[in-house]
Amino acid sequence: MNASALNWLRYRTGLVLRKPRLDLALLGALVLLAAIGLATQYSASDLNATQATNQAIRLALGAILLVMISHVPPSTLRNWTPWLFIGSVGLLLLVELLGEGRGAHRWLDLGFVRFQPSELVKLSMPMMVAWYLSQRPLPPGWGALIVVAALIAIPAGLVAHQPDLGTALLIVAAGLFVVFLAGMAWWRIGLIVGSVAAAAPVAWHFLHEYQRNRVRMLLDPDSDPLGLGWHIIQSKIAVGSGGMWGKGWHRSTQSRLEFLPEHTTDFILSVFAEEWGLVGVLLLLALYAFIIGRSLWIAANAKDTYSRLLAGALGLSFFVYVIVNGGMIAGLLPVVGVPLPLMSYGGTSAVSILAGFGVLMSIHAHRRRVAA
Amino acid sequence: MKSRPLRDSRHEADLFARRAVVAFLMIVLALGVLGARFWYLQVVQHEEFEARSDANRILTRPLAPARGLIYDRNGVLLAENVAAFRLEVIPEQVDDMPALLAGLRDTIGLSDDDVERFQALRRGKRSYQSVPLRLKLGEEEIARFEINRWRFRGVDVVPYLTRYYPRGHAFGHLVGYVGRIDAGDLERLDAARYAGSSHAGKTGIERAYEDLLHGEPGYELVEVNADRRPLRVLERVAPTPGRNLYLTVDARIQEAGMRAFADRPGGSVAMDPRNGEVLAMVSAPSFDPNLFVNGISRIDYKSLLDSPGKPLLDRALRGTYMPGSTIKPFIAAAGLELGLRRPGDLIASTGEYFIPGQKRGYRDIRAGGHGRVDLVQSIAQSVNSYYYSLAYELNIDRLSEFLARFGFGAPTGIDLIGEATGVLPSREWKRARMNQPWYPGETVIAGIGQGYWVVTPLQLAQGVSTLAARGVRHPPHLLRAVQNGVGEAPVPVPRQAPHAPVFSDPANWAAIHEGMIAVVNGPTGTARTLGEGFPHTIAGKTGTAERYSRTTEAWTHISQVPIERHQVLFECYTPADDARIAVVVALEAGRGGGRDAAPIARQMLDAWLVGEVEPPLTPLPATDPPR
Repeated sequence: MNASALNWLRYRTGLVLRKPRLDLALLGALVLLAAIGLATQYSASDLNATQATNQAIRLALGAILLVMISHVPPSTLRNWTPWLFIGSVGLLLLVELLGEGRGAHRWLDLGFVRFQPSELVKLSMPMMVAWYLSQRPLPPGWGALIVVAALIAIPAGLVAHQPDLGTALLIVAAGLFVVFLAGMAWWRIGLIVGSVAAAAPVAWHFLHEYQRNRVRMLLDPDSDPLGLGWHIIQSKIAVGSGGMWGKGWHRSTQSRLEFLPEHTTDFILSVFAEEWGLVGVLLLLALYAFIIGRSLWIAANAKDTYSRLLAGALGLSFFVYVIVNGGMIAGLLPVVGVPLPLMSYGGTSAVSILAGFGVLMSIHAHRRRVAA
Repeated sequence: MKSRPLRDSRHEADLFARRAVVAFLMIVLALGVLGARFWYLQVVQHEEFEARSDANRILTRPLAPARGLIYDRNGVLLAENVAAFRLEVIPEQVDDMPALLAGLRDTIGLSDDDVERFQALRRGKRSYQSVPLRLKLGEEEIARFEINRWRFRGVDVVPYLTRYYPRGHAFGHLVGYVGRIDAGDLERLDAARYAGSSHAGKTGIERAYEDLLHGEPGYELVEVNADRRPLRVLERVAPTPGRNLYLTVDARIQEAGMRAFADRPGGSVAMDPRNGEVLAMVSAPSFDPNLFVNGISRIDYKSLLDSPGKPLLDRALRGTYMPGSTIKPFIAAAGLELGLRRPGDLIASTGEYFIPGQKRGYRDIRAGGHGRVDLVQSIAQSVNSYYYSLAYELNIDRLSEFLARFGFGAPTGIDLIGEATGVLPSREWKRARMNQPWYPGETVIAGIGQGYWVVTPLQLAQGVSTLAARGVRHPPHLLRAVQNGVGEAPVPVPRQAPHAPVFSDPANWAAIHEGMIAVVNGPTGTARTLGEGFPHTIAGKTGTAERYSRTTEAWTHISQVPIERHQVLFECYTPADDARIAVVVALEAGRGGGRDAAPIARQMLDAWLVGEVEPPLTPLPATDPPR
């Protein structure tokens, strides 16, 4: 072993120890969340080891992707951004032509792997908006906002057409967060929110009947307890019967006896709430709040505007997943197919979320040096 | 213009930091609202949702109790439960019911009756409750179903206990039968007690003692999944089986009576005069109660209904007969007790009796009359004139008042449902029934058991038992003892107190008693050959009533066939001085009471003798205090 190689190794290890590429607090929170997710998964699948193992493999894949992306500097990511965006929109168009899935065309089969391009857009679209806005004076003016609106509307429209309204709304939210964090004037925000609210009744007419029914069911689930209201009712029963301390691990009767549909995917939080009670739910929400807060802290310390906007948007998107899924479980929001990050069973979601955290880690590694 | 405005990094970073703080505050607020919502669901509404969670997963399944068994007085089994298999359907799990029924029809065979009953039962149940479709599956049918099982989702073969009557015809009316619970039963029965039961008593003892026989249902709390498929039993409270009943009847006497009738229409009742225990209650022709248990087929039912012998009519309980001469000992008792006759008074029989001042004559059986007869001879030879004059002197009011003491004209109160009342002729009865005044001629014929008189074999048996017990009337009853559980000693049923004695002077009773002994044992008795070879002295009385008026066409036609001409009756008790059994036989068509009815009674008495020497299978504790 020659001396230069030894020196290089010594340099590298010292670098990692003194200036870790990964934010250990965020990483620890993610590992804890994934562990809770796996334990709940194992319980909700009625101790099906295969299902828990599958999920663990996906999480490991996501973790590898996270580490790999964390090694890519934000400047490189920034250079890739337009191509990534164009590529992901291209894939959405491909899905439109030859996608597959139950009822809706969401999946793309590449032979060796099946994935949803909409998950990719969740990442590439905020990157694109951040890329665009980082080259403009901030806060953005009307001109910039119109361009941003187009950047958001194209992929969101394609996803909504699949139809996957839930994901489309998440994509729109992610894009809007970038604009919000870029400092868009409050009066402009007020104006747009006002006109959207005014246009809501019109939008109602463009919804699919099943989407309208989901909203109706939210308001009165007992009007069709065995049909559309079933999900909401059974989820509330699961949550409510959990009580303060919960029924205990693998004691969720609502899940084990199959009253609760989708209990390993979108409704995993119902199982968790039934088994661990209010105490468990509050601790879990606190864990999510910590992850989001930590992401925003990383964003605030980022080196440049692009990194800042992107990191902030990723953190806020993560929050939206949590609040939309949690609101659905608690019967506050309509039933939309939004998984709970790192808890729900499903590969694409876990991988894309961990990839997003890879970007955050990269931004963290190249954070602004504050003079002591 | 290509020049860019100058970027102010510091300002941008500050702007971002402010926005991030606002965003984080909103996030905390949103998560706080979410947490509050969970608190509301999990703490405030916890009890409601916990109850709904339990309601989701826990199903209460009723468990039907095993029905009590029925034995005769000696422990002979009259009704039992045997294991069988039936086909049950859970309608909720069936996608296409007509197709399923058609498929089952081809596979194991279903009758229209089965399908009709199934549809009717289904209406009363929830869609996840199973409904029986075919009962009593044969082995081959089960095999055929099992092979094709995959075609019939929601259908299952379920074991159950079914009622079986090993003695069949002989006890068809008396023990009765159980049948599937129908809408009428549901009104009468306590729904909670019958939640798991498919059958209930319909007739006879099965109906009368339904309460004791049914038992108390248990239940099972079963954990079910969302498809309502039971996964495990959480709690089980076993049902309490029904009580076992020991009847007063003796299967030997019952079956001997049934054989003796040989399907000739009629009824018979045997009683123990000492206590009112009914030893046999025969109604011929009879039917097989087992046909009814699992639903009788239309064809079987129609053939029973259309049969000229009317096998479904319980003649012992509901058959109505004119008592004819069998009423004479009772009229005699009235005459003696009310002081109108002394036993030795001689009455002239000239062959015809006239009411003073009337021209119409009332005939004796023997042309020219029996000469001068005393009370004993009037019974032994069945002298009509004696009773025409006695009844006339008594008048109808005193006659019916006195005969009511033997229980005529009123239900006996036996522990069965649907007893006929009969008719004890009286002024009031005629007024109420026909709104007509009473005529003296009607009193005269009432004296020989004709006219408006109607008795059931059971009423007449109660009457003759009262005579046999020297005037003490014990109301008839059928339940002797009740066994509360396996291995427990049967508990005797408390007995009703007897009625006040009819006779005030034992000499009056002795005279009638002597007359009835003479009927069987005297040289001129109307049932002279009956006692031959019997170890005890038999006392009895024959009766023969005309079925058709002599003035109708039918009489002329029927007279060619003498056996069809009369309703014939016979009443008796033995041993004469210490009667332990009294028997009444009513036969709807015969030549005479002595010729056709008495031999049936004799065969029943012979069967009774066997019980006098053979010990019972199951000794029951004595129901009487030792004498």
